[in-house]
Order: sequence, then C-alpha cells, then structure tokens
Amino acid sequence: MTVSEIAERLSLSPLTLPCGEREIGGAYIGDLLSWVMGRAQSGDAWITIMSNVNIVAVASLTDVACIILAEGVTLEDHVREAAEQKEVNILCSDRTAYELAKSLAGLIQ
Amino acid sequence: MTEAVRFHFSVDGDDFSSAGQASVQVKKSLRQLGISPETIRRVSVAMYEGEINMVIHAGGGYADVLVFEDHIEIQLVDQGPGIADIELAMQEGFSTAPDNIRSLGFGAGMGLPNMKRYTDSMEIESKLGEGTKITMRVNL
Repeated sequence: MTVSEIAERLSLSPLTLPCGEREIGGAYIGDLLSWVMGRAQSGDAWITIMSNVNIVAVASLTDVACIILAEGVTLEDHVREAAEQKEVNILCSDRTAYELAKSLAGLIQ
Repeated sequence: MTEAVRFHFSVDGDDFSSAGQASVQVKKSLRQLGISPETIRRVSVAMYEGEINMVIHAGGGYADVLVFEDHIEIQLVDQGPGIADIELAMQEGFSTAPDNIRSLGFGAGMGLPNMKRYTDSMEIESKLGEGTKITMRVNL
C-alpha cells in the first residue's frame, strides 16, 4: 500500500507528500535517531515524536517511505521546507505510536 | 587500482541543522553513478553518523568519499580531542554526548557501532589532543 493510500485510510494529515506513490513495507517506532538508523528498513513507515530538522536527513538516508509524527506533534516551517527539498514524506496524527502501528499492521501485508 | 571518483566535504562544527548535508549529497551522487540502493543506504548512514560525531565531539572536520571499481572508501578526519578508549567507544550504548545533544535524539551510543554495522571494515586512528581519523570501506 502506498503512502498516499495509508494517509487516506488512517486519516493522517500530510505535512509534506512529494513521493506519495512510495510503497510502505513495514514500520519502525523510535525517537533515538541512531537507533532508527541502525534498525529501520528501507520502505518502512517511521513513527516518531521527534520533530527537529535532523529527522529529515535520517529519513532520507535510511530510505524510509515516510515519517509519521504521532501524538499531535507538528513541524516548524524550516523542517517542512527541508523535507520538501529532500523529498521526504511526512504525515501527522493525534494518535499514539501504538495506535498508529496497530492500524498500520492491519493494512500492510 | 584506479580511483574513479572522489567527493570532498568540510563538516561545519557548530551547525546541527546542516549536519547531514554531505551525506545527502553523497547519496545523490552515488545514485547518479548507478550504485545499488542498499549500498547507498549503508554508505550514507555510516557517513552521517560520522558527520554527527564530528559535530558533537570534534568541532567539525572533513570527509572524503572515494569510489573505486570494487569498493567505496569513506575517510573522516577531525582535529578534535581524540577518543580516550576506542574499545569502550565502540560499545553500543556508551556515549559522552551532552544532554542538549541527547534532547535532539542523538547521543544514544550507537554512532560508532552503526558505522561498523553498515561497513565491511572500519579502522580508527585517534590521538588524544590531536584528533581522529576513521577509514571505512564498503565493498561493491
């Protein structure tokens, strides 16, 4: 299922969506950036509450399909701009990481 | 062995928001060279961890990426304080990063272990008070 489809099915708000057609193959939850870089897989949806500009580089380098900001976390404008520039999809939701992962698991085969 | 391509970057020591620019640029350049996505992922993550380390601990430095026919070499050089105990620094979870760095999501003690995890070989030369040179190799 693509990032755009997941966004619609889970009612996630797209903050940046330059590559909505990317397929999501799994999910990783974490806020420690090196931990994410060591463990997240290419094509994962990365669920986090971390919102500083470094998440854009981490998402780009680990090649995750998108970042999902949980618990109502939002982005500053300069982070959003960096994400557009580096073609990183970022979605957000008021739900917890657990609730998001539970819903995702039902959609990703 | 002939050196195909070399990329050189200086890493700004004070700027966390621009840390990663060199790695993202390397990612783009390697893609243009037709390197496989998984190899690009390994090289760019290892390099980003190195960049972050140079910003946190060493006041910056420089990074070179050399693309050979059968491997990619990443050299990270700084003139920071050096690593007192390399074996300890290589342990997952060990970190000397300050709290303000940790609040950004770094400093989990995974930087050097990740660099080793994502490369085929890694060599650290470090002298206290003089600096550190890390050479990593990813086979193609």
